[in-house]
Amino acid sequence: MPVASLGCSTAPVLRERGQREVFCGLTGIIWLHRKVQDAFFLVVGSRTCAHLLQSAAGVMVFAEPRFGTAIIEERDLAGMADCNEELDRVVDRLLTRRPDIKLLFLVGSCPSEVIKLDLSRAAARLSIKHAGSTKILNYSGSGIETTFTEGEDACLAALVPDLAADISDVPSLMIVGALPDVVEDQFLRLFADLGIKTVHSLPARRANAMPPVGPNTRFLLAQPFLGETARALEDRGATRIDALFPFGAEGTTNWLHAAAQAFGIDEMHFRRLIAPGRERAKRAIAHSRAKLEGKRITFLPDSQLEVPLARFLATELGMIPVEVGTPYLHRKHLAQELALLPADTLISEGQDVDLQLDRVRAAKPELTVCGLGLANPLEAEGLTTKWAIELVFSPIHGFDQAGDLAELFARPLRRRDVLRV
Amino acid sequence: MQLTVWTYEGPPHVGAMRIATAMEGVHYVLHAPQGDTYADLLFTMIERRNKRPPVTYTTFQARDLGKDTAELFQKAARDAYARFQPQAMLVGASCTAELIQDDPAGLVEAMGLPCPVVALELPSYQRKENWGAAETFYQLVRKMCTGTSAASRADGAKPRANLLGPTALGFRHRDDVIEITRLLETLGIAVNVTAPLGATPADLARLANADFNVCLYPEIADTACRWLERQFGQKTVRTVPIGHAATREFIAEVAALAGVDPNAALDTSNLPWWSRSVDSTYLTGKRVFIFGDATHAIAAARVARDELGFEVVGLGCYNREFARDLRDAAKLYGVDPLITDDYLEVEDAIQALQPELVLGTQMERHIAKRLRIPCAVISAPVHVQDFPARYSPQMGFEGANVLFDTWVHPLVMGLEEHLLTMFRDDFEFADSAGASHLGHGSAPARHEPLVVPQDDILPATADIAGPVGVTATGWSSEAEKELLKIPFFVRGKARRNTERYATELGIAAITLETLYDAKAHYAR
Repeated sequence: MPVASLGCSTAPVLRERGQREVFCGLTGIIWLHRKVQDAFFLVVGSRTCAHLLQSAAGVMVFAEPRFGTAIIEERDLAGMADCNEELDRVVDRLLTRRPDIKLLFLVGSCPSEVIKLDLSRAAARLSIKHAGSTKILNYSGSGIETTFTEGEDACLAALVPDLAADISDVPSLMIVGALPDVVEDQFLRLFADLGIKTVHSLPARRANAMPPVGPNTRFLLAQPFLGETARALEDRGATRIDALFPFGAEGTTNWLHAAAQAFGIDEMHFRRLIAPGRERAKRAIAHSRAKLEGKRITFLPDSQLEVPLARFLATELGMIPVEVGTPYLHRKHLAQELALLPADTLISEGQDVDLQLDRVRAAKPELTVCGLGLANPLEAEGLTTKWAIELVFSPIHGFDQAGDLAELFARPLRRRDVLRV
Repeated sequence: MQLTVWTYEGPPHVGAMRIATAMEGVHYVLHAPQGDTYADLLFTMIERRNKRPPVTYTTFQARDLGKDTAELFQKAARDAYARFQPQAMLVGASCTAELIQDDPAGLVEAMGLPCPVVALELPSYQRKENWGAAETFYQLVRKMCTGTSAASRADGAKPRANLLGPTALGFRHRDDVIEITRLLETLGIAVNVTAPLGATPADLARLANADFNVCLYPEIADTACRWLERQFGQKTVRTVPIGHAATREFIAEVAALAGVDPNAALDTSNLPWWSRSVDSTYLTGKRVFIFGDATHAIAAARVARDELGFEVVGLGCYNREFARDLRDAAKLYGVDPLITDDYLEVEDAIQALQPELVLGTQMERHIAKRLRIPCAVISAPVHVQDFPARYSPQMGFEGANVLFDTWVHPLVMGLEEHLLTMFRDDFEFADSAGASHLGHGSAPARHEPLVVPQDDILPATADIAGPVGVTATGWSSEAEKELLKIPFFVRGKARRNTERYATELGIAAITLETLYDAKAHYAR
């Protein structure tokens, strides 16, 4: 792929501070609890936290989902009840009711952080009590510390110190980030065919199957928002393989290639092996190209997927990114991505939503990627939008999802064209 | 601490948002961390509003704590005023900001903003959404109604009423307001102000000009109505016009207060005749479970029993503030009142009672779907499909028509029930086709075996509906075959009843005899 310039590698970043229209880190529970099938996520928080989870989840299809909220009440705050005793009581009741739970996360929230309820001590205390049946860990998904996908980062980072030590001499590969099972299986097949013998995923699908980690672990981030997890893995001696993120034909090729190189896979073998998938991806993407080429797009900050997705849309579909907003810009992990963005893209970090919407209205991009709170109001103003949350909930990684990913952006534009009302 | 899975109500500041979003010219500055903005999507997605709720969130972060969160609040309030130029402002704290005790009231007072400001005290760790909405509406009314007495009505002018209580995100509030406004007009009564929905702060200042108030939704408007009664001597109409008879009583109450002829209300509903027509015979004694906010649940129980001929087997509400009203109503139907905000308790009650119809909120819709019981939604909280494009009130005469249609629709029609009995042995008849008028959600129970195995005693099929089916009791092949002859839409119930009967009597193998013994046992 020709790289005309350094893209946005050194471009100035607009940093803003104001009202943020984003979810907090608790939201990650919605996909994390589906991924780890014997884990339960217990938020220690307020009624607002519980209401957020059910509103963000959209539909309540499960009688008793594997998440819940221990709601702090007046008597806990007034000192009439000891918060730690109350928490122990709630956990005991929960684990009695759900003996199938093998891993329990105590998830900190804004209120629990502000009242300085020490969940790491609670987790240690309860781990001893429930030793042998349930492992208990903690992390914070609070809005005062985490933005949306940073909740997954905090959760996975909490798993890392607990991973078994990998003392083998053989290098192993770890795919880091919660992927839909179907996508994970596709990647595992590709790596196996490439000849990489030991491949693990973090998180694993079951609590007792979490991968080991050690100096011979090479890891690939599947998501761009896993800064803390990467740091924790590096603390355990693992090495990050730098790559583009696996979105689109090019991103996925680069991501797989980086792993192939790290494991000394023969270049010809690599090319031969990935060629069918790569070609399929290109064919699938081509369906959306006519709709998207030359169209201008703005990303409002949401999931930290914005930079890699803008790169995919710019390099493979010919879209023109106007502003790419992200809640947090991890320059090191995104270095290759930033280099591929057109040089005149405005990169913004943080948010002042009213000022940002003023820019959107002035720029009038053909497509604006934004949260659910903003989509209908912008549509009513005549701006076409794409819900950012669908990019987090849908399988979009890898060759065989590249067409679906392109389609997610093309559909709102196609819909606008077909409607005659 | 209380372990919660799903909640019926959000925190009280979401109630305040429902007031601010319903009104025009109001802006709400909420001291809150990022993430609390999720509440915007309730309005923009679930209710499909085309504008952002008029709320500014201060978005403080961990690093701001103990430093400049108060300054952050003042900046947000100043910027919000400059950008949105509201007629009145609400300020308050969400659950987290309540803990850091920045005192939005004091801070905003010191700023001297050039509009009326209501500082809300909504205790997040004690109260919930409906209470927050009621308190916010009351405080706004108090702030704006500064006069001491009503303007006197000119001779010959129409009597005037205020319609109080409709909010954003309310269940069918938009259409109820249209229906009741029209009804009052036919009686020769003018609506002075409808609030909060569509009202401005200036409109609230005119509330005292009405002759009386209509408390449409007591959960929201009761506090304000009581204050208006004390302050201006305005009477309150408290009959909630849900159902045919309640609407007639509402008309009588309104007409008496306004001094107009109740017979001037020309409308009537189709409900009485639809209910008396012979096709509705099959509705007789259908066992119905009702749960929702107290007002809607109580009204639904009356319509269910008196106007549709159902039997009310369960009645409950999630808002404890109105528990007394619900307890009184439960006595009328001879049922135990279920007052809880624990969704699992409601599920247990429904499972134990095995009703033939559930009338509830979106929570009960999910429960009923899992238990394969027909269901209609009668109360908030509701989801996007319960904000229909069409006109679909719950109140007034048209509301009564809507109740008949939406409650009867999930059931199998009388004519069809009759035909199913006739044709069920024909080979063309396939259970899996479901009822013809139910396009979706009517697939047959999945646990029916397609081929009856040859073993003499079958293990009881685990029932997806829950633990009732998980029993040591087994079915003989003869009984299992007989079960297949029962129409599919009552087969699940027959299976459960038989198994329960067998378990209670300690019968290990269910035979033909057991099946019919159980049928006799549960016959009404």
